[in-house]
Amino acid sequence: MSETTTRAEKAARIRHLFQTEGEAVFENTNHINNGRYEANARTDDIEELRSTARRIKEDAIERLPELIEEIRESVEANGGTVYLADDAADANRYITEVVEDNDAESVVKSKSMTSEEIDVNEALEANDVGVYETDLGEFVLQVADEAPSHLVGPAFHKSTEEIAELFNAHFDPETPFETATDLTQFARDYVGEQIRDADVGMTGANFVFAESGTIALVTNEGNARKCAVTPETHVAVAGIEKLIPSVREFPPFAELIAKAAGGQDIATYLSLLSPPVDSPVIDFENPDEPLSGGGPEDREFHLVLIDNGRTAMREDDELRETLYCIRCGACANSCANFQHVGGHAFGGETYTGGIATGWEAGVHGQESAAEFNDLCTGCSRCVNACPVKIDIPWINTAVRDRINRGADPERFDSLVEGLTPDEEPGGLDVQKRLFGNYGTLARLGSATAPVSNWLADLGPSRALMERAFGVDRRRELPAFERTTLRDWFADREPLPSADDGDRSAVIYPDAYTNYVLVNRGKAAVRTLEALGVDVAVAPCYESGRAPLSQGMIETARTNATRVADSLEPSIEAGRDVVVIEPSDLAAFRREYDRLLPADRAENLAEHSYEIMEYVYGLLENGADAAVLEGGADVAYHSHCQQRTLGVDVYTEEVLSKLDYDVVTSDVECCGMAGSFGYKSEYYELSMEVGDTLREQFEGETDRTLVASGASCHEQLGSLFPRESVHPIELVAPR
Amino acid sequence: MVADITERFASSMAAANVESTRVEAAAFEAALEEVVESPAVGAPLGIEGVSLEDTAVTVPPTPRLLMDAETGVTRVHGGIAEYGTFVIQSDAEGTEPVSLYPRTHVGVVRASDLHEDVESVAAWLDEEFDAGRDSAILATGASATGDMGEIVRGVHGPQTVHAIVITDR
Repeated sequence: MSETTTRAEKAARIRHLFQTEGEAVFENTNHINNGRYEANARTDDIEELRSTARRIKEDAIERLPELIEEIRESVEANGGTVYLADDAADANRYITEVVEDNDAESVVKSKSMTSEEIDVNEALEANDVGVYETDLGEFVLQVADEAPSHLVGPAFHKSTEEIAELFNAHFDPETPFETATDLTQFARDYVGEQIRDADVGMTGANFVFAESGTIALVTNEGNARKCAVTPETHVAVAGIEKLIPSVREFPPFAELIAKAAGGQDIATYLSLLSPPVDSPVIDFENPDEPLSGGGPEDREFHLVLIDNGRTAMREDDELRETLYCIRCGACANSCANFQHVGGHAFGGETYTGGIATGWEAGVHGQESAAEFNDLCTGCSRCVNACPVKIDIPWINTAVRDRINRGADPERFDSLVEGLTPDEEPGGLDVQKRLFGNYGTLARLGSATAPVSNWLADLGPSRALMERAFGVDRRRELPAFERTTLRDWFADREPLPSADDGDRSAVIYPDAYTNYVLVNRGKAAVRTLEALGVDVAVAPCYESGRAPLSQGMIETARTNATRVADSLEPSIEAGRDVVVIEPSDLAAFRREYDRLLPADRAENLAEHSYEIMEYVYGLLENGADAAVLEGGADVAYHSHCQQRTLGVDVYTEEVLSKLDYDVVTSDVECCGMAGSFGYKSEYYELSMEVGDTLREQFEGETDRTLVASGASCHEQLGSLFPRESVHPIELVAPR
Repeated sequence: MVADITERFASSMAAANVESTRVEAAAFEAALEEVVESPAVGAPLGIEGVSLEDTAVTVPPTPRLLMDAETGVTRVHGGIAEYGTFVIQSDAEGTEPVSLYPRTHVGVVRASDLHEDVESVAAWLDEEFDAGRDSAILATGASATGDMGEIVRGVHGPQTVHAIVITDR
C-alpha cells in the first residue's frame, strides 16, 4: 500500500472518530480536566504530594521483588492465596480454574483495566461462565460490545442520548429511558441482581499494600465494595506495579487520585480490604437467615498478580516510569488531541491516552503503540497533570524512536538525501525525516528565497510534497525571508542605550526566528537594547526540538551538543541566553537533561530565559518600562510548552504592567504542535483542535491576536483572516 | 479541641451533601428517630450508652433486610474532618454491608474518633491493621456516577448519608 493511501486512510479513520465520538469525549474530558485544575488549586501542598507519591512509586518499583515476597506472606497469613502470573494466558488459566473449583456459573466484576489487558472475560465466557460488568460505564460497553475509550471513563465517548438509544433497543423497557437518572436506576437494579446471584466477585486493585495484604479500590459507585464482599469467593487482579509497602504510604495517593481522575477532593469510596474479610457472606438464597460467618473459614480470596511484560519494563530505562502510573487518565483529559478524538483513536489494544504508549509497548508490544503514538505531539500539557510526575512526552518520544528504528530500511531514502544530515537509520519514515530536519530546510529555503517560496507554493510542488512527504496541501507553508535575523543584526549598529544596563545577553535564534518570523527576532533585539542590554545573536543551530518531535533522538542529541557548544562561550563570558521560541526553551530546560551530560544541561537551563520572562526580570530590576509600547487590547494564546514550564505568567505580567487589556485562551494546545498540523493524516484533526481556540477568540474581533509560539502563529493564521504577532513585537519600541 | 474538630467534620460533610446531627449519648435515640426511615436495619454499634436495642432498627441484619430496608444504621469507627469522610471497619456483624446496601446510611460516630486528615487516619489505621482490624472503607458522601452522561447520586451504594456524632463519647 502506498504511503499516500495509508495517510488518507488514517485521516479518514480519525475524521470518523471525531465526527462520531468527539463531541461526547470533548465534553467529558474537559469537564474533568477543569475539575482537576480547580481541585488542585484548592490543595496547598499539591506539588509536595506529587513529589512524595513519585518517590514512593520509584522506591516500590526498585524494591519490587522484595514486595512481591512480602505480599505473598501477608496474604497467606490472612488466609488467602497469591498467584504470580507470567502473562495473560497464565493468569486466565489460573482464574478459570478458581472459578471452576467453585462450580461458579457467574462472575461479577468491578472496573479493572488490568482485567481488560488480559481479556479475562473472553477466557471465562469460553468456559461458559457468565461475566457481568458492574461499573456502569463498563456495563454500557458490555451491552454495546465496545472497548473502553478512556482509563477512567470507559464510555466517555457516549452521550446520555446514545446510551438511552442503546438501552431502549437492547432491553425494550415499557417506558423508554431518557435521562441519566432513568439509565442509572435501571442499570443499578439490573447489575444489582447479577451481584446477588454471582458465585465469584472479581475486582482489580488500585494499590496493594505488601505489609498487610491489603488491596485498595478507588470507586464512586460502590460496585467494587459489593463485588468484593457479597459472594464468598473474591478474585483480585492486579499488575505487580500496584504494590506499595504499607498503609503508611497511602495518604498521598488517597489525596491525589480522585483529584487527577475526577476533579474530586477525595473519591467516594476508598476501600482498603485485607481479604478474606471478616464481613459475613451474604447468601441471598437464604434471605431470612441472619448474616453470619466471614473470615478465612467462610471466604476464599485469590490475589492474581500479573507480570505480562512488567518485569522487562522495570529493566527498561525508558519504559520504567510507566510503572509509576496510577491510571487516573489525567494525561488523556489534558491532551488537546485526545479531547477531540478520544481513546478509540488515541489508544492501543487496552490502554488509552498519553501514557498508553508506555503501557502498550510494555504489555502488548511496540506494534500496538505504533498505531497511535504519533498522536502525542509532545505539547507536554500532561506533564503537570500527572499526579506522579511521569515524563509522558519523553516515553512517547523514546518509543517513537524505537518504532523508527524498527522500520523497513529500503523505503524512500533517495528522496531526502542531502536534505537530511541526521543520525537516523535508513528506512525512517520520509515525512518524519523531512520535519526532523526542519532547520536545514529553512536554511536552504531562506538562501534561495523568494524563489523557494514561489516554487513551494506551486500546485505541482504541493502535490509532490503531499505525495512524497505527506505535507498537506491545504496548509499554507511558512515563507522564508531572504534576509535572516543574523544577517540583519550583523549589518546594523546597536541602539545607543544598548550598554546602559548591567546585563548582557545572547539571543538564541531558532530556525523560525532566523529564517521565517524574522520580525520577532528584530523586536527582541530592539527591546533588549532599549532596556539597556548589550545584545549578541548566537549562530542559528536547530535545538533538537524538531527531530525530537519525530522521535529522532540521536539527531536531537547531535543538535543539542552543537547548541551547547555554541552558547557555552557566551555564558562563560557572562551573557544570559534569551530564547524566543518557547518549544526551544522547553528543550533546554526539560529534554537537554536526557541529551547532554548533566552539568552541561544544567548550566544551559540555568542561564536561559524566555524573552518575556527576561523582559519581566529587567523591568523588575529597574529598567524603564516607558521606553516600551503599551496600552492596546489583545487576545493572547500562550504556548503549550511555555505553560508547562510556568513561564506564560511573565508575558501576562509584562502586558499588564504596560497597560494592555488582555483576554487569554484556555485551550491546552492550539492543535498545530510543530509539524503535526502539516501532516496530511493529521491536518483535519489539527484544524478540529484549532477550532476550539477559534471559538474562544471569535468574538474578539477588535483585539490584536498575540501568540508566543511559531506554530501557534501558523495555526492562528489559518483560523483567522488577520495576522498575529509575538508579544515581543507588541511591546518593542517602534 | 474536640468541639473544633467536630465542627470541621460537620462543615466538610455538609460540603459533601451529608447532613449531620450532633448529640450527647443520652439524646441518641431521639436523634435517630428523626433521621431513620422504616424499614431500617442495623449492626450493633458498640458505643457505651448508645444502642439500637429500643429503636425501630432491626438487628441483626438478614439478606432480605439488606434488600428491603430504606435505612441502614451502623457504627462509623473514625472520621476525617478535612473531607467529612466516614471510616467504616469490616466486622463479622455486617457493618460493611449494612452501610452499603440500603438507600440511606446513618453512621454513628464518637467525636473522640475523629481525625484531622488522611495522614492522621492512616497512622491510626496502621495500628488497627496491626491489631487485626485490617479492612476499612473510607466513604465520603453518597455513591455517585457520571457514566450515563451526567452526575447521578445513588448507584450501588447509598443515595443519602447522614451522620450522628456523639459529642460526649
